[in-house]
Amino acid sequence: MEVENINPSVYSKAKQRAHTAADDDENLTDPFDTREIFDLIKNINDPEHPLTLEQLHVVQESLIKLDNDQNEVFINFTPTIPHCSMATLIGLSIRVKLLRSLPPRFKVTVEITPGTHASEAAVNKQLADKERVAAALENQNLAEVINQCIRVL
Amino acid sequence: MTGKLELVHILEGHKGRVWGVAWHPKGGTFASCGEDKTIRIWSQNVNNQPTTKTILSDGHKRTIRHISWSPCGKYLASGSFDATTAIWSAVSNEFECNVTLEGHDNEVKSVSWNKGGNLLATCSRDKSVWIWEVTGDEEFDCAAVMNSHSQDVKKVCWHPTEDLLASASYDNTIKIFRENTLDSDWECINTLTSHDSTVWSIDFDSTGQRLVSCSDDKTMKIWQVYPPGNEEGIVTPDNIPAWKCVCTVSGEHTRAVYDVSWDKTTGLIATACGDDAIRVFKEDPENSSKNEPTFNLIAKVDGAHSQDVNTVSWNPKQPGQLLSCSDDGTIKIWKIVE
Repeated sequence: MEVENINPSVYSKAKQRAHTAADDDENLTDPFDTREIFDLIKNINDPEHPLTLEQLHVVQESLIKLDNDQNEVFINFTPTIPHCSMATLIGLSIRVKLLRSLPPRFKVTVEITPGTHASEAAVNKQLADKERVAAALENQNLAEVINQCIRVL
Repeated sequence: MTGKLELVHILEGHKGRVWGVAWHPKGGTFASCGEDKTIRIWSQNVNNQPTTKTILSDGHKRTIRHISWSPCGKYLASGSFDATTAIWSAVSNEFECNVTLEGHDNEVKSVSWNKGGNLLATCSRDKSVWIWEVTGDEEFDCAAVMNSHSQDVKKVCWHPTEDLLASASYDNTIKIFRENTLDSDWECINTLTSHDSTVWSIDFDSTGQRLVSCSDDKTMKIWQVYPPGNEEGIVTPDNIPAWKCVCTVSGEHTRAVYDVSWDKTTGLIATACGDDAIRVFKEDPENSSKNEPTFNLIAKVDGAHSQDVNTVSWNPKQPGQLLSCSDDGTIKIWKIVE
């Protein structure tokens, strides 16, 4: 398969989360924060390059919104080029990774960062359709590709 | 709110997401289906506690999305992501799958029998709607393939008294089909536009004069039919009845609305929503007219399920009894108290 974006910009990774005394306090409630969500998805592999979504700035902590009380997670992801044909696959990988990692009470929405892709509305609609997502995951070939993307190296 | 939805039973058994539930036409018994590729037939025992009577597990290779009983109650049709529709027949309390309908290119999303039980409609992600004719004992012929939708077709639903079929789609529209009496070809006669996103489900009222739809755009809409020569003066080109959206309920649902059920006896409308809630709406008799009805929310259960609610269905024989199923793997039975 031909690589669409031959020379993507590569960014440095975020530092490890700093350890604080509160981390060891078992009596504190420890709600999810955006960094935790980011840590779950930052190492997803790009389908085209031997790089992670974090290194390509496809996902960024600042583009994650989280509401613990409403149980809502909202992710914007940014394809490296506006005609990237992998956008749906990347979005699916983020969705699947979070569906498998987060408690089921969370409602996860994954959308393209506004203005960064030619087929933004179509891709967003497809990613939001849980019936299509469910059917896609029953497709063994596609499921294998997604599992490759979210595999922990 | 003037009503209350009371939980009567919680039923477990399916592994994973439960996509569909359907009452047997006589009430009492119902069927359920889901991602575990099985259909469960539930019946109430002497203590009124519904229990699984049978598990049908050898019909489909992938998720079973939707099920529908024939009006006589002898047959159950099931549509699956494996692209097939299975017809199960009840033979002395046992169910046998003797017919598998093939033809769709990919996932079958919905199945529906007409009132006479001689026609079965199916729809799929392949954008088509098929009508199958029952030609003999467990024999089906394809009577029509309609390619009117430009996207995934999510739901098919027959009119309660006429052979008129409605379909809802990912292309944001609802279409109405009927057989042309001149050449016996099935054709699309209406396209209903007003929703801003995928129309997930539709249901007719008891008269068939109205249709309710629900959508990914978080609204519910009521449509009214105007026959040729109607007193309102609504234009009906080629003498084809016109459908107009007469009411939009917005601001109530906070996520996609996946299913809607119109109780044929009480006139109440229930919705299944991606925000985990079940809502019940009632037409306000004081502020409604045929062309401008108002529907009020009379009952709402937040967290009716712990995840998305996928289907709601009113019992055809016990008015006010509601069945629901969810991504949380459970089925619940509710009773509306006004």
